[in-house]
Amino acid sequence: MTEPVLTIEGVSKRFGAVEAARGVTLDLRPGEIHALIGPNGAGKSTLIGLTAGTIAPDAGRVALAGRDVTALDAVGRARSGLGRTFQISSLAMEHSVLQNAVLGALGRSGRVMRLFGNVMRDRDLTERAAAALERVGLADQARRRVADLSHGQRRQLEVAVALTLEPKAFLMDEPMAGLGAEGTASLTAFLDTLRGEAPILLVEHDMDAVFALADRISVLVYGQVIATGTADDIRRDPAVREAYLGEDAA
Amino acid sequence: MNAVLLIEQVLNGLQLGVMLFLMSAGLTLIFGVMGLINLAHGSLYMIGAFAAAAVAGATGSFVLGLGAALAAAAAAGALVEVTVIRRLYDRDHLDQVLATFALILIFSEGTRWLFGSFPLFLDIPDALRGPASLPLGIEYPRYRLTIILAGLAVAAGLFLLIAKTRIGIRIRAGEADREMIAALGVDISKLYTLVFALGAALAGLAGALVGAIQSVQVGMGEPVLILAFVVIVIGGIGSIRGAFVASILVGLTDTLGRFLLPIAFGTFMDPSQANLIGTALASMAIYILMAAVLVFRPTGLFGAAT
Amino acid sequence: MIREPILNAVIMAALLAVPLWALWAGEPFTITLATRAAILALAAVGLNIALGLGGLVSLGHAAFFGIGGYAMGILAHHAQTYTPLMEAPFLIEGTKSMPVIWLTAIVAASLAALLIGALSLRTTGVYFIMITLAFGQMLYYFAISWPTYGGEDGLSIYVRNDFPGLNTLRPFPFFAISYVALAVGLFLSWRIAKSPFGLALSAARQNEARVRTVGMDPYRLRLTAFVISGAITGLAGALFADLNRFVSPTMFSWQMSGEFIVFIILGGTARLFGPVVGACLFVILEHWLGGLSDYWLVFLGAILLLVVLFARGGVIGALAGREATHD
Repeated sequence: MTEPVLTIEGVSKRFGAVEAARGVTLDLRPGEIHALIGPNGAGKSTLIGLTAGTIAPDAGRVALAGRDVTALDAVGRARSGLGRTFQISSLAMEHSVLQNAVLGALGRSGRVMRLFGNVMRDRDLTERAAAALERVGLADQARRRVADLSHGQRRQLEVAVALTLEPKAFLMDEPMAGLGAEGTASLTAFLDTLRGEAPILLVEHDMDAVFALADRISVLVYGQVIATGTADDIRRDPAVREAYLGEDAA
Repeated sequence: MNAVLLIEQVLNGLQLGVMLFLMSAGLTLIFGVMGLINLAHGSLYMIGAFAAAAVAGATGSFVLGLGAALAAAAAAGALVEVTVIRRLYDRDHLDQVLATFALILIFSEGTRWLFGSFPLFLDIPDALRGPASLPLGIEYPRYRLTIILAGLAVAAGLFLLIAKTRIGIRIRAGEADREMIAALGVDISKLYTLVFALGAALAGLAGALVGAIQSVQVGMGEPVLILAFVVIVIGGIGSIRGAFVASILVGLTDTLGRFLLPIAFGTFMDPSQANLIGTALASMAIYILMAAVLVFRPTGLFGAAT
Repeated sequence: MIREPILNAVIMAALLAVPLWALWAGEPFTITLATRAAILALAAVGLNIALGLGGLVSLGHAAFFGIGGYAMGILAHHAQTYTPLMEAPFLIEGTKSMPVIWLTAIVAASLAALLIGALSLRTTGVYFIMITLAFGQMLYYFAISWPTYGGEDGLSIYVRNDFPGLNTLRPFPFFAISYVALAVGLFLSWRIAKSPFGLALSAARQNEARVRTVGMDPYRLRLTAFVISGAITGLAGALFADLNRFVSPTMFSWQMSGEFIVFIILGGTARLFGPVVGACLFVILEHWLGGLSDYWLVFLGAILLLVVLFARGGVIGALAGREATHD
């Protein structure tokens, strides 16, 4: 069996009286899309924060590519190879599309503290950035300001910036949110090809996309993973049916 | 070292502390409710002092002077809120800083235009002249003692206002969620004008009270404003309780630092050198206190931890 | 609408042409005014790296301006009184050499910016504004209460410092020095804005979570920007003190910090030449309105208020329109 790329092990987080994560354990194996679903308030956002490093866990550990990254913040985890996209687009709005993508390539290159040289004329960075834009279908928008983009185009750019990082694992927070049927279909097709490059931990509300894409699905309820398995396993799981449909497990 | 002298300095520190509270309470309230940083708060302090000095000078009544200070500062505050400040709530902090910096220029030079460059003097009322006898044979100026008590009374009144009255409840609700209380039918723009005028009146009161022990002049407000900022950073933005604790802390640190540091250095250095270093260090004491708070609690002692 | 690079060239040429004309017409005071404008512009160019590019509203840049001023004052004071600055553990003497003074000013201001920045950048927004203001005021009071270098009265320098090969006592050569310093400052800030660091810094201004997610530490970016910014403003301080042959605690005053921000806004935020236009405009207004009324600051306040409320792009915004995102 291959080593998982991303491991979350017994991670807990409490906010006052609320236990947002209770000993969550899941992993992400090479080549797979692992979807995380759960009803609202199940603790998905917290788990994303714990994985991305914006929230420090009370207990448990997170490992990325065999390395313990529990003590690292979001910056450190990004450098260790985690490519995150946000649920609500989080981009430099005054910059152009290309500049946003170059920012990602620059982060990947580790040459951030260079005070000289025109970054937008750096062949290496701009080519990486342009290639990522090409892949998500934004090549013809490169010179537009992000503030002038449509919602769907910003979602595409989110993914493109994550691509420029050439991460070891993707963490995608509802990439389909707000995309029309067509956008969802094309992003679904794209993510399908992406899993070969790096596995994706996918948090998504669009169940059609989840069941179409996911190799495995984990269901989070009240801060706990109540089931992990293939799409069919999950469909049949009595605990899941109870959580979602209120059906009696018996 | 003399215990009586020390107690006197502690009282001086308290007096500075309650004055800083009157300034910082308004600032922190305005920030907490409207999200506005107001550099012109020191101008309202100055307006209070000038109004008090002018009216007391003309009528011979200190009480009328105080009333004029409150009225003038509150009126100036309300006027500025309606004409300028209101347009700044949705702007970024840079715009707020610049616009209120512009207001300082207008107020300061306008006052200089009206009153000239020479300082005015505000006389202490006769009833409060001379020393009051305290236990342990301590004599302390009656007026300063009155300031401390008046400041504490205002502080208590403010706590009651915020905690118990309808207006206070609305102010706290405004801090929590603007849209919600607007949706509940509270006239939010009236509430903002009221909060701003209240803060202005407190600053004007402080200016008038201090005006009787210092000279009343243009530019008197800004050093106090900056001290009030130090207080807010230490206490935590938006917290009246934090402003109170930090005001007293800053007042005592500053006063006792100036008194004790030269003495402390004198125990192991030659006196003139000790005085030099002690005085210079004392002038930085509260800023060092602020830096220390920043290191351990960047959001202030009573600020919401992030 | 004029293209911004052309407008910038015109501004730079005008700032050179006016004193050249004054030299020909025998108007030394105009040269001094132009020098003053160039030096204040340099101070604001420094601030603009933190403020315009990094979004760091520092209301305490007078700290670095004053440190630069005192670096000049202290070194020249020891040179003119023939007393060493310190004897133990090693001898340091005063100097009248501008390059040495500038280097000292830059190093001292950088160190101060590193310290103040490291503390202030732990916070953001209003806290940052209030804290930088407070640290500036701390240095102001320290300068007042430290009697060795004049305390409240400041330090006078009898003769302007030397620059190899130039007669700095005459107004034009000193203007030329200040003008070149401004040009170098502008060049640096232009290069930085285009650099990888500049892209990251301005992205951090717009969206902190974004830069973290691509593995960049915003604190480190901002602290670096703050130090560079302080260093340039410190150099301006040394020149300003040399222009006046006088340094006093007022160089540390909060009004000074406020004025630097005013220059940037009058000219246009996030514009390379915004501080230059703003500082020139300020010096012209100061001279012209100041001649009309002793209370000219009332009018400046009114103008500033109108610009902030109604004309956010400043002068360059009005002339050149929206800036291009990149080339």
